[in-house]
Amino acid sequence: MAEWKMICKVEDIPQLGSRVVTSADGNIAVFRTSGDEVFALRDKCPHKGGALSLGLVHGTQVTCPMHGWKLHLDSGEAVAPDVGCARRYPIRVEGNAVFLEI
Amino acid sequence: MKKSRLVMVGNGMAGVRTIEELLKIAPDRYDITIFGAEPHPNYNRILLSPVLAGEMTVQEIVLNDHGWYADHGIKLHLGKTVAKIDRVRRVVVADDGTEEAYDRLLLATGSKPFMLPVPGNDLPGVISYRDIRDTDDMIEAAKLYKHAVVIGGGLLGLEAANGLKLRGMDVTVVHAAGWLLERQLDDTAGRMLQKSLEERGLKFLLEKQTEALIGGESGRVAAIRFKDGMQIPADLVVMAVGIRPNTALAESAGIYCHRGIVVNDTLQTYDPKIYAVGECVAHRGIAYGLVAPLFEQGKVAANHLAHFGIARYTGSVTSTKLKVTGIDLFSAGDYMGGKESEGFEEIILNDAAGGVYKKLVIKDNKLVGGVMFGDTADGPWYFQLLKDGRDIHDIRDQLIFGQSLVGDVGHQGQNKASAMADGAEVCGCNGVSKGTIVKAIKEKGLFSLDEVKKHTKAASSCGSCSGLVEQILASTIGGAYTPAASDKKPVCACTGHSHQEVRDAIRQEHLTTIHGIMRALGWTTPDGCDKCRPALNYYLISTWPHEARDDPRSRLVNERMHANIQRDGTYSVVPRMWGGLTTPAELRAIADAAEKYRVPTVKVTGGQRIDLLGIKKEDLPKMWADLNAAGLVSGHAYGKSIRTVKTCVGKEHCRFGTQLAMDMGIKLEKMLFNMYAPHKVKLAVSGCPRNCSEAGIKDVGVIGVDSGYELYVAGNGGIKTEVAHFFAKVASDEEVMEYSGAFLQLYREEGFYLERTCHYVERVGLDHVKGKVVGDEENRKVLYARLLDELKDAKDPWAARVAGVEKQEFETLSV
Ligand code: SRM
Ligand SMILES: Cc1cc2nc3c(=O)[nH]c(=O)nc-3n(C[C@H](O)[C@H](O)[C@H](O)COP(=O)(O)OP(=O)(O)OC[C@H]3O[C@@H](n4cnc5c(N)ncnc54)[C@H](O)[C@@H]3O)c2cc1C
Ligand code: SF4
Ligand code: FES
Repeated sequence: MAEWKMICKVEDIPQLGSRVVTSADGNIAVFRTSGDEVFALRDKCPHKGGALSLGLVHGTQVTCPMHGWKLHLDSGEAVAPDVGCARRYPIRVEGNAVFLEI
Repeated sequence: MKKSRLVMVGNGMAGVRTIEELLKIAPDRYDITIFGAEPHPNYNRILLSPVLAGEMTVQEIVLNDHGWYADHGIKLHLGKTVAKIDRVRRVVVADDGTEEAYDRLLLATGSKPFMLPVPGNDLPGVISYRDIRDTDDMIEAAKLYKHAVVIGGGLLGLEAANGLKLRGMDVTVVHAAGWLLERQLDDTAGRMLQKSLEERGLKFLLEKQTEALIGGESGRVAAIRFKDGMQIPADLVVMAVGIRPNTALAESAGIYCHRGIVVNDTLQTYDPKIYAVGECVAHRGIAYGLVAPLFEQGKVAANHLAHFGIARYTGSVTSTKLKVTGIDLFSAGDYMGGKESEGFEEIILNDAAGGVYKKLVIKDNKLVGGVMFGDTADGPWYFQLLKDGRDIHDIRDQLIFGQSLVGDVGHQGQNKASAMADGAEVCGCNGVSKGTIVKAIKEKGLFSLDEVKKHTKAASSCGSCSGLVEQILASTIGGAYTPAASDKKPVCACTGHSHQEVRDAIRQEHLTTIHGIMRALGWTTPDGCDKCRPALNYYLISTWPHEARDDPRSRLVNERMHANIQRDGTYSVVPRMWGGLTTPAELRAIADAAEKYRVPTVKVTGGQRIDLLGIKKEDLPKMWADLNAAGLVSGHAYGKSIRTVKTCVGKEHCRFGTQLAMDMGIKLEKMLFNMYAPHKVKLAVSGCPRNCSEAGIKDVGVIGVDSGYELYVAGNGGIKTEVAHFFAKVASDEEVMEYSGAFLQLYREEGFYLERTCHYVERVGLDHVKGKVVGDEENRKVLYARLLDELKDAKDPWAARVAGVEKQEFETLSV
């Protein structure tokens, strides 16, 4: 059963940066945009498994550090013309606390 | 905000491209309506030739299918010709009575083929070559009839003739001038072309004036008669004698036209609410007939329709390529040249037996035009030189032999795309074959190198096959491919500004933050992308060294982690070994760290130091701390920064050594420690001209001679081996530091991000660099002082991480 778990405060994640959450499910990358939105994706690029947490965040996308695929943070879908998807995890921000549903 | 109404007349290549550009930058500004006289959605007119030749189908050349219009909410009126513009009520009226009101109108009506005013030009079987219908007519005629005559030996005529021949007709090309393609080629190249087309079975009648077309019993055309009395049979006559801008609609609405709809540099007509782009336009007196300039116009028009109001179209230089498979021909600019008294000079290479002809036209030390037949591999390079207006006198003696833009290694020695089979691998990094690239260009409607990179991944990694891909683009879509001038290329898709413009703005407007630059220059994305952010970050800290702050979030992974990421997600650590020297104590510390952190691979690098590979991310700070304790610091094996200074043993040990190479190398490496640059920087110092440290292929190479040192710059041993240029001869160690430092500082201030010194010097010219460093002592000292000032408080980045900077990178959260 999935449940909401508090993982950190918003300011623990750098703007346009990320943090890695370790879980029984594998690593999860949690991103913060310049507008302070927070998103979570499985930390594994659909291309060849690069760690998305190490990518560069821009707008609501992240560019994978390995070969430059771009993924939408809100859906995990690759930006066309590439095709693929990283699993998305629900995120909720209350006050400045970040909750992840897992 | 209520949307304004934009109506476009003419659903062709230039118009739809303008709409695409507009949707990219202002997707919500307009309700868009498009009228197209043809019953088809926008297709790639250029590829009608492969359709006629039977190499492609009409479905494959559609660029924007019906779904595209629907997805963007565009109202499409197909098969309707706009007959009237009421500029007072601001409505357009189509021939079937359909009316649409506009706030802005975009005219993109293209051009009309010119029909020779000879008797019989309206007989059935006499057609032009412009659209899908003409192409279908030709394909049908080829099934039923035998004799085809194409009037006009220009690009279009020859492509039509080639297609009809491939469809089994007996084809004669009639041409009024003395040689083929007289508007693209000089007579020599024209005759070589004729010979190779004759070998394919085409017939030619040159210097022939058509007098009349004669109908047969069925009423269809049956023959053609010339002014000299000669007559030959003709069941199909294709007129390809030129085009005229299609201005009838604009003229009927009282919009000023003169050899096209007259527009200013923002593509606005004399009616400020009406814009025009494409072949129907006359800009500064010129109507263009190739898509590359039309696309440039579209981009500018879109910028103004979106109310950004910053772009200007100032005209284009065009180049052409004939799209007849197997024939290699390229021409650009002022290929005919002119009299020597007017300052024109020509360089010609004519190998008749080998079937190769090249002519370059030069004026005032600049390349102004060229023609190539048989070997066009260097076409894109010449064209780039021409567009850049680069002073060529320093490379003049080799110019005609070309540059082989293409890498020497990694492509099975190939540098001519035309000679490659479809299955041959073009991109060795991503395994992309020539056939795959050609297919994507045609089917996906790609027009630029960037688009090919995106869709096929070719040339998107190391980039060494870019030249080959450019050649494939040029031969697949003809003159439609034109590289932008080097200093005009936009940084990335987030902006229209070039690297040069960004650098200038940062200095002139004293911009000190990345978001500040984006605001000042109207970036179209909120935080840029992985291409522009690292570049902006570099430009900021190199322009305002002690003022602008480095932004770790704008550095790619290796520079942020101060280690190279490996394919399995582990890292490699390379401690600096000054000048390639080490000590037993350092080696012991490295050995201890390798054991303690269970390093699976220990390797000596090509840069004279030791690489520890396979380290886990969380171990990095601890390992650096251990290495730091032994006096070892980062080797920056990951950064756009100083890498290595290779040395040989020099006069310290070698019986031939004339200078202390190791000592000189260590001094240089210490001076440059932590230097960040547009790309990586490597040096070498050799003790004598035997040059055991390979100084001839380094960014800065120093070679000791008895009387001092010879300095070489802008070499490269990577993707394409580039031999360094002789720079200066100096006497002392201090001068080596000063000259090298000043050269590197100039590169740091003028180089574009990701431009190695060899590419930088190629762009600006060796004379420019020598002038600023070797020839100008005062400037050299100023540059050198600026470099030293910037590096005065250089710190080891590993030590900073060990002290806790950015520690969140190495610490995970848990649930
Ligand atoms: C480790 C090393 C290979 C080795 O085991 O010897 C190496 C490894 C890499 N090189 Fe190199 N290069 C290494 C010496 C060289 C040399 C030889 C030299 O430095 O004398 C060259 C040719 C000389 C030159 O640069 O002019 C070289 C030309 C390249 C290039 C092509 C650069 C170019 O401008 O053409 C790249 C690609 C790039 O930089 O974009 C590259 C890129 C790379 C990268 C960083 C690829 C990447 O992005 O991941 C490799 C990292 C591997 C890793 O995971 O650690 N490496 N690389 C060498 C490290 C030297 C050092 O001590 O720092
Ligand atoms: C066979 C062929 C091969 C070519 N090869 C090359 C090449 O290799 N390289 C290259 O760069 N260029 C090539 N060209 C030229 C290139 O196709 C044109 O430069 C380009 O298509 C012009 O774009 P445009 O939008 O101005 O005009 P078009 O693409 O002609 O579009 C204009 C459209 O407007 C429609 N229209 C006109 N008036 C009205 C009206 N009143 N109401 C509604 N609709 C109207 C027309 O029907 C047409 O569909 C080639 C052209 C042809 C025909
Ligand atoms: S180390 Fe250099 S040559 Fe070897 S695979 Fe990596 S990038 Fe290519
Ligand atoms: S692993 Fe992400 S782009 Fe290749």
